[in-house]
Amino acid sequence: MQQAPTAGELPKLLRRDRMRDLRERAIGAALLTAAAVGALTTAGIILSLAGETIRFFGQVPIVDFFTETEWTPLFSIQKFGVWPLVSATVLTSAIALLLAVPVGLIAAIYLSEFATLHVRSLFKPMLEVLAGVPTVVYGFFALTVITPFLQGFVPGLSTFNALSAGFVMGVMIIPLVASLSEDALSAVPVSLREGAYAMGATRFEVATRVVFPAAISGVIASIILALSRAVGETMIVAIAAGMNPILSFDPRVPIETMTAYIVQISLGDTPYGSLSYLTIFAVGSTLFFMTFLMNVLSFWVVRRFREVYD
Amino acid sequence: MAAETPALPGAELFHPRVRLRKGLGSAFLVLGVASVVFGLAMLAFLVFDVVERAIPWLRVEFLTQFDSRFSDRAGIKAGLYGTAYMMFFTILISFPLGVMSAIYLEEYARDSWPKTVIQINIANLAGVPSIVYGLLGLTVFVRWMALGRSVLAGALTMALLVLPIIIVATQEALRAVPSSIRDASYGVGATRWQTIWHHVLPQALPGILTGNILAASRAIGETAPLITIGALTFVPFTPQSPLDRFTALPIQIFNWTSKPQAEFHDLAAAAILTLLVVLLTMNSLAILLRNRAVRRRAG
Repeated sequence: MQQAPTAGELPKLLRRDRMRDLRERAIGAALLTAAAVGALTTAGIILSLAGETIRFFGQVPIVDFFTETEWTPLFSIQKFGVWPLVSATVLTSAIALLLAVPVGLIAAIYLSEFATLHVRSLFKPMLEVLAGVPTVVYGFFALTVITPFLQGFVPGLSTFNALSAGFVMGVMIIPLVASLSEDALSAVPVSLREGAYAMGATRFEVATRVVFPAAISGVIASIILALSRAVGETMIVAIAAGMNPILSFDPRVPIETMTAYIVQISLGDTPYGSLSYLTIFAVGSTLFFMTFLMNVLSFWVVRRFREVYD
Repeated sequence: MAAETPALPGAELFHPRVRLRKGLGSAFLVLGVASVVFGLAMLAFLVFDVVERAIPWLRVEFLTQFDSRFSDRAGIKAGLYGTAYMMFFTILISFPLGVMSAIYLEEYARDSWPKTVIQINIANLAGVPSIVYGLLGLTVFVRWMALGRSVLAGALTMALLVLPIIIVATQEALRAVPSSIRDASYGVGATRWQTIWHHVLPQALPGILTGNILAASRAIGETAPLITIGALTFVPFTPQSPLDRFTALPIQIFNWTSKPQAEFHDLAAAAILTLLVVLLTMNSLAILLRNRAVRRRAG
């Protein structure tokens, strides 16, 4: 047992408290500094992209970048129209969403409204394993398994093509759509379902006409996030979709996405500061801008269209 | 009952069609199971293909040899060492930074605009494509800080990439600690940091570790940012210092997959199997920790 401090000891104790306050403040400052790293990262991304992109547009007119339809920075006659790369990104992402949105949404509705609790707790983590597989592995899968398989059905499918890259990318983002949509569906209050059942609705009607519309903001946000992931996805398209920048929406021929182009240049011995070094930052900025818009849009959708029941 | 109630006007227009409507539900049930099974079948197909190709190549030498132009002499030693070195520094940097950020956001920051800004910023960073982090690493770490295309440059890039994941996971773990524990600690005169260090963090630790393991397993499989900062594809040595050039396991997979010869695809499959085993081990550990945390909270 400690004895109560005598009057003479009190100032000493108080001084120790001052030390304690100082330490508390120092720790608080250290934590704030750590939290600021996140903000610095964003600033770093924007500044590093912007710096090199401005240098690029010092040498290539910005109008050419957005109006030309050929991308040939490695040829002797250089053309810097970004559209072949953008069209390839749009094509592979569209194929991926065409697979992932219906499969993911049906899986989400099934897991949330039809499956028993036991089945859901078994299936949901299993599906999430799909999202944990490294993308380089998916690229390998697309090139060595899916493409040879699809060549049996699709005439004229070349070794590198948008179809199998998009398909495998779709498989990769199924769990993203399924998991986020399932969260949104599960968050709809039970009272809404009970009300619908009381009116004589079947389980299917409750799921599709009551729960799904109530959760629509979360569902749309999950689709936008999936699209953003597909647009930024790199290894699958770099391995399986080719490195052939042409403006084409034919899913059977080799193309080159924005991300695959950055990989192609990074693999070569591009001298620092050269024009082809600067191109990857111009393409990177375009990519960052597109994904940034989609991320902001998904936040906005959730805020704007959320249905609150309380 | 039904016979006693007088028929409502227009009742003859109402067709319950119960069998059709219930049939729709059953059809949807089949479709739902099929969707889930489709995803899982793809996963099974992938794993089966990889294992089948990899088995003839799984020898001890595969782990202890460097890469080679000849497929029968090629191994993943350089990739394993490179990944291990890089991950050591990645965790060393991202773990304290991420946990400290999360503590600030959850335990220190008041609900005012700086917190909102940091929070939105982190959510947004999580959505930035990994290859853009590679471009950031190239300008800031490789060029500006003049670290070169080194292990340390790779580790710093990866640390920034996984930081949002660690912060969000740690915040969730901290939020799960009941506030009564904090109140009790403050009640006996503890300071804010004493409360966090002695009471909140020990409770949240399993959740924090789970989040960090998942973040690390994300970083191990990432390929694109490493290609962008210029990690090598063909390396006959292991890095001796953090400033040495290096390769990583996913880069070796990418390199072998890009070759036209089928033997190199088989080698890629063997390297993929190694990578998947590492990831599976880490994820099992994470699940184990999570289950223990749940049990402790329940008990």
